[in-house]
Amino acid sequence: MLMEKKLYTVIVYSENIAGMLNQVTAEFTRRQMNIETLNVSSSNVEGVHRYTISLWTTEWLIQRVTKRLEKKIDVLRAYYFTDNEIFMQEVALYKLSTPRLLENKQVSKIIRHNNARVIEINSAYTVVEKTGKTDAVLSLYKEFAAEQCVLQFVKSGRVAIVRDANVNLSENLFDEDVVRSKVRR
Amino acid sequence: MKKELITGGEALLRSLINEQVDTIFGYPGGSIIPVFDALYDHQKDFHQVLVRHEQAAVHAAQGYARSSGKVGVCLVTSGPGATNTLTGISDAMLDSTPVVVIAGQVSSAVLGTDAFQEIDLVGVTQPISKWSYQIRSAEDVAWAVSRAFYIASTGRPGPVVLDFTKNAQVSQVLYEPMKVDSVRSYVPYPKPNMDCIKEAADLINRAKRPFAVVGQGVELGEAHKELIAFLEKGGIPAARTLLGLSSLPSEHPLCMGMLGMHGNLGPNVNTNECDVLIAIGMRFSDRVTGKLETYAKQAKIIHLDIDNVEIDKSVPVDIPVLGDCKETLPLITELLNENCHKEWIATFGDLDKIENEKVIEKAVNPTDGPILMGEVARKVSEATGNNAILVTDVGQNQMFAARYFKYKLPHSIITSGGLGTMGFGLPAAMGATMGAPHRTVCYFAGDGGFQMNIQELGTIMEQKCPVKMIVMDNSYLGMVRQWQQLFYDNRCSWTPMCNPDFCKIAEAYGIPSRFVTDRSELDAAIKEMVETPGAFLLSVVVRAEDNVMPMMPLGASVCEMILE
Repeated sequence: MLMEKKLYTVIVYSENIAGMLNQVTAEFTRRQMNIETLNVSSSNVEGVHRYTISLWTTEWLIQRVTKRLEKKIDVLRAYYFTDNEIFMQEVALYKLSTPRLLENKQVSKIIRHNNARVIEINSAYTVVEKTGKTDAVLSLYKEFAAEQCVLQFVKSGRVAIVRDANVNLSENLFDEDVVRSKVRR
Repeated sequence: MKKELITGGEALLRSLINEQVDTIFGYPGGSIIPVFDALYDHQKDFHQVLVRHEQAAVHAAQGYARSSGKVGVCLVTSGPGATNTLTGISDAMLDSTPVVVIAGQVSSAVLGTDAFQEIDLVGVTQPISKWSYQIRSAEDVAWAVSRAFYIASTGRPGPVVLDFTKNAQVSQVLYEPMKVDSVRSYVPYPKPNMDCIKEAADLINRAKRPFAVVGQGVELGEAHKELIAFLEKGGIPAARTLLGLSSLPSEHPLCMGMLGMHGNLGPNVNTNECDVLIAIGMRFSDRVTGKLETYAKQAKIIHLDIDNVEIDKSVPVDIPVLGDCKETLPLITELLNENCHKEWIATFGDLDKIENEKVIEKAVNPTDGPILMGEVARKVSEATGNNAILVTDVGQNQMFAARYFKYKLPHSIITSGGLGTMGFGLPAAMGATMGAPHRTVCYFAGDGGFQMNIQELGTIMEQKCPVKMIVMDNSYLGMVRQWQQLFYDNRCSWTPMCNPDFCKIAEAYGIPSRFVTDRSELDAAIKEMVETPGAFLLSVVVRAEDNVMPMMPLGASVCEMILE
């Protein structure tokens, strides 16, 4: 069980200071663990940054790496989750050729069927936005690509929120009494 | 308190005084001149030790820290000065030694331009230090220094790096002392979990064959008395790791010896016979566990450690007891039933007899042939009343000295365990004489390691450090040669070594010495060394092809030690 490879999502809260990202990713680099997605931004707590990192690995390794992350002086908390424990989304932007979109009605249908949103139209290009899981945003790209209308495509790393109704990860960030790791009792 | 306008360099020194620093190991250079300039006016405040190489500055600070329990301090310049400290920083990280390394850095304005002697020190040291921080303004100094000392010395200690830009050293600041005593993202002393304490005590009370394996955590936590109370109440036999050798006196009736690859037979074999293994302030290093798949599988494991990362890291633990062992040990002891486990303890004695006959007797009481490292170590230990601090280099000299020295007092072993740094010993011993000025410091080295930081004889001369240097010369890089003999068909690739006359080198530094090749001269030479005030070099020609035994070969189990 511990040695089965799965996609894990690691969520880290740290102080917002220079060099933190390096410290966080170094723990993965040290073991040559390849990061699939990485999202870093300010959190709901002032001065605290939140990292959402996804990667394929084993529970045995991710347990140990998560503890090491949490040990860093300026890291407040580190957690890891499997996909069934979280809601996660990615944002994708598709820059499509407006002339191709106008001459090929299929493209508009694809946008509607996928619940994607048009956020910019001009005579040269149209920007479409789609939020969803990795598969959904990538399959939309493939559909557009099949119609040969894509000028540019980009997708973000995942952001994730915990499913458990009783868990608020950013709660008690500074409370020493809270056991610092979900890894251990 | 009235604020005073001073330079960042002066603020650094006042901050060090504020942290009760009394000794600085350093080496000046371009990017740190302003701080050394400020030091010129503080000659009475600090014992200023000019080392001969920056690597030695860190090892000396480590020796100082481990002998005194205080934080060791180094001051070096940027670029090569800073990179020369990296080995010492890594060593301090792996062996949990509190040191603060302050390095000069080019001015903020030219950072990232490949300026002369510029390196990204914070980037380089982040993975090998507990905390690494760049001071870019004089206003930052008081806070950064205090935070550095707080982090280095609390919880599981470790090295902290301060990268001090030149502009911050020279610009003016309205200085006010500062004391950092908490960091909101850092919990150095986790609160003990009483459920785990009760479970641990309950398990120990039910155990028939409990066995404690003790590491440096006891020394770092100053929990020597607490350990003895715990062991004596529960009647629990204990063994120590290399770094934990002086956490329990060698002659204590419950002390069963040393663990590890070249440890004693009894504790290694009985690791796989006990029913409850209690690990105290130790990290299950691969040199202790041997093959993990067969390590103590029959036992329930209780692990007392201050560092959550160590729990379950390599050995799965049944009951983790997170916290400072000075606090957690008495909590468990209180719940223990008095016990003695006589028959179980006797099994260690049976194994001791085998090891004594096959290994120890031959190593410490040989009657003919060349001098052996084991007998030198035992004789030196006894000549100091077993009261000395043992500082070792790395390799066969380290293992023989560690095995045959006896430990009576706390903080009596200083050795490079985790990183295994050859060249560690000489500067560390030098630092130890300053950290524990009232104790005898005996430094054991081989001919290889002695020459890796031999330039420090200059510092020893200048500072009049009373280091008793015992160089055991077998004209080989002995530990590698041993492996080559045992596992590489005796192909001694690059291990024979042609050596100079070490006594002549000592003479050049004005250090008295004695050269010994014959067993009949050994006792008198050791006596002369111990009785001669100040530094002394004892150069002993030892058997060229001696092997450290017993040995747990790489990949073998703790119970598969070879004796001959």
